Amino acid sequence: MSGDLAGLYQQVILDHSREKHGFGLAPTADASSHQLNPTCGDELTLQLHATDGVIGSVTWEGAGCSISMASASLLHDLAPGLTYDEARERIALFRELMQSRGAGVEDEDELLGDAIVLEGVSKYVARVKCAMLAWVALEADLAQLDAAH
Amino acid sequence: MELATPLADAEVLRLRRDFPALNQQVHGRDLVYLDSGATSQKPVSVLDAERSFYEHENSAVHRGAHTLAANATELFENARATVARFVGARENEIVWTSNATEGLNLIAYGMSNASLGRGGADAARFVLTEGDEILTTEGEHHANLVPWQELAARTGATLRHIPVADDGTLRMDEAERLITGRTKLVTFTHVSNVTGVLNPVDDLVRMARAVGALVVLDACQSAPHRVLDLAALDVDFAVFSGHKMLAPTGIGVLYGRAELLDALPPFLTGGSMITTVTLEASGYLPAPQRFEAGTQKVSQAIALAAAVDYLSSVGMDRIERWESELGARLVGGFSAIPGVRVLGPGTGVHRAGLVSVDVDGVHAHDVGQFLDDRGIAVRVGHHCAQPLHRRFGVTASTRASAYLYNTTADVDAAIDALAGVRAFFGASS
Repeated sequence: MSGDLAGLYQQVILDHSREKHGFGLAPTADASSHQLNPTCGDELTLQLHATDGVIGSVTWEGAGCSISMASASLLHDLAPGLTYDEARERIALFRELMQSRGAGVEDEDELLGDAIVLEGVSKYVARVKCAMLAWVALEADLAQLDAAH
Repeated sequence: MELATPLADAEVLRLRRDFPALNQQVHGRDLVYLDSGATSQKPVSVLDAERSFYEHENSAVHRGAHTLAANATELFENARATVARFVGARENEIVWTSNATEGLNLIAYGMSNASLGRGGADAARFVLTEGDEILTTEGEHHANLVPWQELAARTGATLRHIPVADDGTLRMDEAERLITGRTKLVTFTHVSNVTGVLNPVDDLVRMARAVGALVVLDACQSAPHRVLDLAALDVDFAVFSGHKMLAPTGIGVLYGRAELLDALPPFLTGGSMITTVTLEASGYLPAPQRFEAGTQKVSQAIALAAAVDYLSSVGMDRIERWESELGARLVGGFSAIPGVRVLGPGTGVHRAGLVSVDVDGVHAHDVGQFLDDRGIAVRVGHHCAQPLHRRFGVTASTRASAYLYNTTADVDAAIDALAGVRAFFGASS
């Protein structure tokens, strides 16, 4: 196994891909979005539960590769307690991290928590979409809440 | 008839020197290229043919009186003759397209235009109307499904499909039931790009002929790999792509029986495909020119002929037998790995040299990434065949596909790597 592969599939990622924190949809949600990666068929529905502009939790269901599943699981751990703007800031930073081609971004540890283990994905352009799937879903959820206001 | 001697590893290793792209390392390992079902690598003779055209003959074909134009036209039309011989066709039955997808759309839009009244009485056999049926299969590449969905929507015809059995073969009992007097067109792939199944062309042609339906054959996975005689198969139309058979991208072939091509209304119209043009209306040349509007893919067609020459010099019968051996080795090795399910026919069934698998507990993208780390290139995803994957209860699979430049060592490397996948991803339990 090469160092790159070990960097991509860190143990934390493999654990999250199996444990899937936040897996299972709630009967209702404040916002919900369904995302599809047409090239590989990965699918994910992500619900947002919020109170007074603060995220309470995200719940999700989906089927896909270990990167997309781990990413949704890590997002579930990160999101609670964030305001909408803070969540948007983190989504933007995570996107920047994914597009960094292995270079990383500033403040990633502080703002992204355990999700920085996905940094290795940025070296694999073809897999960036997998890692982004849940984050794009959360972005769409936030847009729905904006539109409702 | 005496069977041809298949290729063998020593000869394959010599052939491989003709393919520069195969001589490289990926992640510090020698490249093992098992993705020829998606696109093939190119020998130096093909690269040289394209370059040489631009260095010597480059000019517009079918026009101009100067020497370069005459030489270019001769090479272009010689290429057509070479490809025609390769698939048992006549020159006027070979239409250049960009790829197989364009060829299938050409037929669909030609029929669409006929259904709008274009082409007059000669085109009556292509007219579709409400109550007519187009029959495809559950196992098609999207290219041989979506254009027919669109054609049905435009004409009011109904699209039906022959289901696929658990072993990946077509349900021929269902085909018997589905092919009726309402069926106007039957279209199917020769070799499945997912399962490697060889469909029973003779039986389907016989059934279609009995009801007067047209037959379209998707030969994308057969023309590059098998001896192909389209006239003997007695299909009406066939398509294939150059890039899957050692040629560059941007060139494909539509075969059509001459009397059908001359009656089918054109798809793309414009320069080079006309007889007399007035401000109001135009007359069209016979096939193949009536389907070749605008500047043609000249260097690519010439390179495709060089690819066909390369394949012919090795011998398609020998390539076919070699890939059959590699396919059997792949399916045997993959089937023996715990937690690996082969989609389609298992061991002991004659197949093409490609095998797709589902790995229990590991997504295809992760499988592909793990193999890539060992320098092994395979295809992951739905291979442009979502309905067939749905049929097998999966959204994606991992496909290894061999060609004449693959050795048994390549196959064994893929088997060995696949055997390590579930443990790496913790899916062993």
